[in-house]
Amino acid sequence: MKKQSSRATEQQSSRSLLCWIIVLLVSCSTVPPSSYASDISFHGFLQGNYSFNTDSSNPDGKDMKWAEERLQLKLDARKDPLNFFIKADAFYDHIDDASHLELREGYADFTSSSYDLRIGRQIITWGLGDLIFINDVFPKDYEAFFSGRPLEYLKKGIDGIKLGMYPSFASAELIIIPFFEPNNFPDPKRFHMFDPMPLITKREEEKPASTFDNTEIAFRMYRDVAGFDASLYYYRGFFRQPSMLPDSMTAPSKITLFYPELSVYGASLQGRMLDGVVSFEAGHYDSREDRDGTDPMTPNSQTKFLIGYQRQLWEDFTIGLQYFGEYMHDYSEYEKNLPSGFPQEKKYHDLASARLTQFLMHQTLRLSFFAFYSPSYEDYLLNPEIKYNFSDSVWAATGANIFGGGEEWDQFGQLDKNDNIYLQMRYEF
Amino acid sequence: MKRYLIALLIVLLPLSASALTADEVMKKSQAAFLYQGKDFKARVMMKLISKSGQERVRELTMLRKNYGASGGEQKYFMYFFQPADVKDMTFMVNKYPAKDDDRWLFVPAINMVRRIAAQDKSSSFVGSDFTYEDVSGRDIEDDTHEIVKEEKLAGKDCYVIKSSPKAGDVDYSYKQSWIDKADFLPVKEEYYDRRGELYRVFTAEEIKEMKGFPTVTKRTMKNLQSGHRTEVTYLKADYNIGIEDSLFSERFLKQPPKKWIE
Repeated sequence: MKKQSSRATEQQSSRSLLCWIIVLLVSCSTVPPSSYASDISFHGFLQGNYSFNTDSSNPDGKDMKWAEERLQLKLDARKDPLNFFIKADAFYDHIDDASHLELREGYADFTSSSYDLRIGRQIITWGLGDLIFINDVFPKDYEAFFSGRPLEYLKKGIDGIKLGMYPSFASAELIIIPFFEPNNFPDPKRFHMFDPMPLITKREEEKPASTFDNTEIAFRMYRDVAGFDASLYYYRGFFRQPSMLPDSMTAPSKITLFYPELSVYGASLQGRMLDGVVSFEAGHYDSREDRDGTDPMTPNSQTKFLIGYQRQLWEDFTIGLQYFGEYMHDYSEYEKNLPSGFPQEKKYHDLASARLTQFLMHQTLRLSFFAFYSPSYEDYLLNPEIKYNFSDSVWAATGANIFGGGEEWDQFGQLDKNDNIYLQMRYEF
Repeated sequence: MKRYLIALLIVLLPLSASALTADEVMKKSQAAFLYQGKDFKARVMMKLISKSGQERVRELTMLRKNYGASGGEQKYFMYFFQPADVKDMTFMVNKYPAKDDDRWLFVPAINMVRRIAAQDKSSSFVGSDFTYEDVSGRDIEDDTHEIVKEEKLAGKDCYVIKSSPKAGDVDYSYKQSWIDKADFLPVKEEYYDRRGELYRVFTAEEIKEMKGFPTVTKRTMKNLQSGHRTEVTYLKADYNIGIEDSLFSERFLKQPPKKWIE
């Protein structure tokens, strides 16, 4: 009896497998090829990107900040409720004479009516700032930005899970990142930058280990409030800019670069006001390893805010203005404990920005100008750019990055000798 | 006596109905052209053609849902298929009568939804000869309308209406529209610049009935001064398909549901 029933199950399962194969074959032969095409899409681009020094050679003597040819392939495969996406780059770097492969994004999506899940390498952008990040706590590539690469390369993917939830009262996103990814800062061989301890060349990077305790968590809740887009943010993880820890304060021989623990609590509001779009964003940075501000090597806690205003003044001309401020907590402790010879940060650091964009010739020609200026440090960054779309698939852009002002250790002041002009050309398919 | 009165009313009714004011014609035209159905979906092919004949293409799915009566609030959702550099981009507009719209844009390369500041009146829709206002309509109260004449155009009996903006908020000094008396769709529109010269012409080339709603499925806007023109064709269109309110959200801007965009 027992044997029989097991045979029956066997038969049943082989029958059901056969059924599935038949269903698959039938559906394959009856579904017209065009619907396959809509389920799998394949795109990408070929790009040339070059950036030339206009002020001085790189610290290692070379004359370019960036020189590459790049192929990007994007593959999107969809079978509801699943979706797979891969964006991979292959490029040849002429400065280091090396070829590279890079997985920019690669994830699987699962979508249901009330939630969705994305697992894998993905780019997450939060907050309202234009090149100013308070609640966007995800990794950035500042070298890409300062070298004149296309803006999308400022963002780096995270390796983790995103869970989207959509109850009626608000929407929410929960991001879980088991693998820490720091920001990418300019390469000291290519960029002249300030180093407070230039004589100590022995450096060791210490990334947070991928343990359960170190798993980063980011949470955002958002909804409409009286016509404004309102968001609340929370992050528990690490600073993505390393801090320096010398092995001895008196006679250091080695510096450890480490990423201190950080929590961020923030909020933002954006809506239509004053004939334009107005943005407010604020965040409190809780430096969990230096709450009393006495450790000079770990950043103090900070409160940051941003006010932005964007408006179209005439046809195809838009202006965007921002004011950003960051206030350091426990400043007296910071002052008291700062070792001599280290540059002293100000209690209050502010930054203003302006972006002007004019489209011409049926939006095929774009003239833009972006400027950062810090009233407290008096340093600046200027970025004029011209972009022209030769056709629907070919465009080119040329522009400049000009840094200066302030002291040799300030945010943009330290980049003073790195002025460059850049060229980007792309064929998209 | 009562019976005579009713008979008199019946005789008079069609007469009074035909004597529409210019504002009434424009209201009916707005309802027929931009507010038909509870909701609407179209696969749109736009060809931007320069004077020398160079062609660029914008292919998108446009979804629209009405909130309230004709002339009231509407929401638009657009998904771009072509060209390659804007593929997967989505765009959402909340259109309100008598105040500026809310607009959001999703930029797939950096996975970001952001609000954009733009004024409808004179800004070009994706580089075409159509302005945002041409796509989603202009408040009737923003202009004074008068019936200039009634005449036949392309075999259709039309009202010819002159609309003059009350404020100097647009590029044209006045617009002349030929509105079909039968279905109230615009057959042709002429835009005159501040010097009174004709510079932009809209023509409806093809009208098809869909679910009982006459729909302009081919239209052209031509700029006479630059020689540039934009041809718009609806490859597919449908009405009353039950678009949910939840579509118009950040969630679906980032991940547009296939059933709505295909």
